[in-house]
Amino acid sequence: MPRLSPQAVPYLLLSPFVVLFLVFGVFPLGFSFFLAFQSWEPTAGLASMKFVGLDNFAFAITDEWFWKSLKNTAWLALAAGVPQHVVAIPLAYFIHTSFKRTRNSVIGAYFLPYITSTVAIAMMFSTLFSTDYGLINVGLHALGELPGLGWLAPEAPTDWLGRAENVKPAIALVVFWRYVGFNTVLYLAALQTIPGDIYEAATMDGAGRWQQFWFITLPSLQPMIYFGVTLSVIGGLQLFEEPFILTGGRGGTDQSGMTTAMYMYRTAFEFNDFGGASALSWLLFVFVALLTWLTNRAFKPRGPAA
Amino acid sequence: MAHAPFGNWLAAALLMAGSALFNAQAQQTLTIAAFPAVDEIAKAAIPAWKKKHPDVEIKITSRAYADHHTAMTTALSTSSNLPDVMVLEYGYVGRFAEGGGLEDLGAAPYNMKAQQARFVPFAWRQGTASSGAQVAIPTDIGPGTLLYRTDILKKAGVTEADLTQSWESYVGTGAKIKATTGAYLMAHARDIKDIVIRSNLQAGDGLYIDKSGKVLVDSPRFVRAFELAKKVREQKLDGKIAAWSNEWSEGFKRGTIATQMSGAWLAGHLNNWLAPETKGQWRAAQLPEKAWASWGGSFYSIPKGAKNKALAAEFIGMMTLTPELQLAAFKSQDAFPALLEVHGDAFFEQPISFLADQKARVLWREAARKISAVDVHKLDPIADEIVSTELDKVLDQGKDIRTALADAKALIERRVKR
Repeated sequence: MPRLSPQAVPYLLLSPFVVLFLVFGVFPLGFSFFLAFQSWEPTAGLASMKFVGLDNFAFAITDEWFWKSLKNTAWLALAAGVPQHVVAIPLAYFIHTSFKRTRNSVIGAYFLPYITSTVAIAMMFSTLFSTDYGLINVGLHALGELPGLGWLAPEAPTDWLGRAENVKPAIALVVFWRYVGFNTVLYLAALQTIPGDIYEAATMDGAGRWQQFWFITLPSLQPMIYFGVTLSVIGGLQLFEEPFILTGGRGGTDQSGMTTAMYMYRTAFEFNDFGGASALSWLLFVFVALLTWLTNRAFKPRGPAA
Repeated sequence: MAHAPFGNWLAAALLMAGSALFNAQAQQTLTIAAFPAVDEIAKAAIPAWKKKHPDVEIKITSRAYADHHTAMTTALSTSSNLPDVMVLEYGYVGRFAEGGGLEDLGAAPYNMKAQQARFVPFAWRQGTASSGAQVAIPTDIGPGTLLYRTDILKKAGVTEADLTQSWESYVGTGAKIKATTGAYLMAHARDIKDIVIRSNLQAGDGLYIDKSGKVLVDSPRFVRAFELAKKVREQKLDGKIAAWSNEWSEGFKRGTIATQMSGAWLAGHLNNWLAPETKGQWRAAQLPEKAWASWGGSFYSIPKGAKNKALAAEFIGMMTLTPELQLAAFKSQDAFPALLEVHGDAFFEQPISFLADQKARVLWREAARKISAVDVHKLDPIADEIVSTELDKVLDQGKDIRTALADAKALIERRVKR
């Protein structure tokens, strides 16, 4: 058996990743770009593709459903994304300063939703959100019985997933619940890198706990905030599974829960328009890139002098 | 689940290696791709097949309903991994037919056209593409029926005739039911829209779009369907419950849904798992105002890229034209036969205990003859979505019906012109 030359060994060792990346990463990317300029009836085979130039893009940009889905996506990304960080930072600080021995199990509890299957989560929440038999409405009703809390319980049970104005908040709640623990872990990791002596010095100077949080913790967390917000922006704009399952794949009444990723999927697999769906996916990519760049401008640490 | 196919692959590879060693000639295998319960029906027919072809193995690839059709779309689009026999649900026949990837089973060498008179007419027509090619052969059908709760009707003091006389009387009776018993007339107002837009169509008419590409959604049947759905919602006669949801089965179990329009097969689902404890409280009737309609149906087809076309055609012929097999599928899986000669069987006259011993199959048999096949357009799925969304706006946001339908028309026309 011929010996492999030492120069070739690194390539051989790299090849499993490179081959998989080419097949499942580069090829679909290139193919979807190619498809975005084609009109294709998929059941007629590959030969039926026809070059249509920018038609698919022109159609998508003038498609009111595309803009509707984009608005839904932006709404969900904001309503589910902002609270994640607003809650995760103080929560991480609280866990960091107040828990000693039980710390890991507390973090574990918050992290659990993140590693649970999305399908299981969404199915559990559809049961919880059920209008007549769901625990959420039962809970709201029970709270309303208490003195002073009557305003909490609406007269009729809330139709969470059946009314356009309720669908988005319901989805946002699930997404928030799912990812808040993940962000907490990110911030906890960052908190552990802040040297303790800064806090000691601050205590010596008479800074209270609140001042320490505001003037030491928060600025030190900035790089992690940048990282966390970037992940939330990208994840939020590609939101698919939670709304897909909670709305039974249709996007809910008046499609008020249909995200762009969902619209893209349905365009391809339900409406059989792969070219149009590819164009949608590239337009979505442009938005993701744009917003990531804006996040970069807003949160990226700009050196110690800034 | 995820590991099973790999295991099968491994087993198949070993088997192939083994047979290559011991057999000079490889054994023939007929591959069939199907979804439940057609996969069970095909499986049950293997002994009958083996009698004729002891040397031909049958391999059935079974996937869940949606996965199956996605896999078939992919297989057709790349012309790879195509089965010899492809089972299709009615909703996909039209879409796949227009792509031209399926064999014309009416023409030579298959010549199934000669057997046309033996099938339920509307089902046969559903398998015909607009080019005239017979791309799919029907095996089971879903004649529409109105299932209703006798106990609720009795409590409300109304009769079956009150429900079925006309669509207006159906809604009016629903108001009485709601007032006296509190039960909803139907699960969702969309249900009445879905059936009224399909009523009074002649064979060859388009549902949303006609042959010349004209969009039909502002025609009187759509206006009437929307008006009826609006009336249902205004009087709070629907539970805003989507089919196949938890609320849906809970509504049947607790008797909060008084009627449901569906394919005849729903009686079987109610009996088996949706609400078995309500046995004897249901009855079936023809749809209101003699609206003949069908819900689903299964078809057999052969992809142009299939390897064993002659055997595939023989298998399809056996499944669709053998009275014993058609009847067995009806008995075991509630697959209503598309083969007419079975319709005279004594089984149709037997009482159904879930429906309080009603001889409901006779009713469904009558419906099967009267349904006319609507022409399928490849934009039907998106047109359906557009119309349903405009109905949502009418029901939830009080949008004007004519404006809603005009908007739906504009949205569909944009896509027709592409």
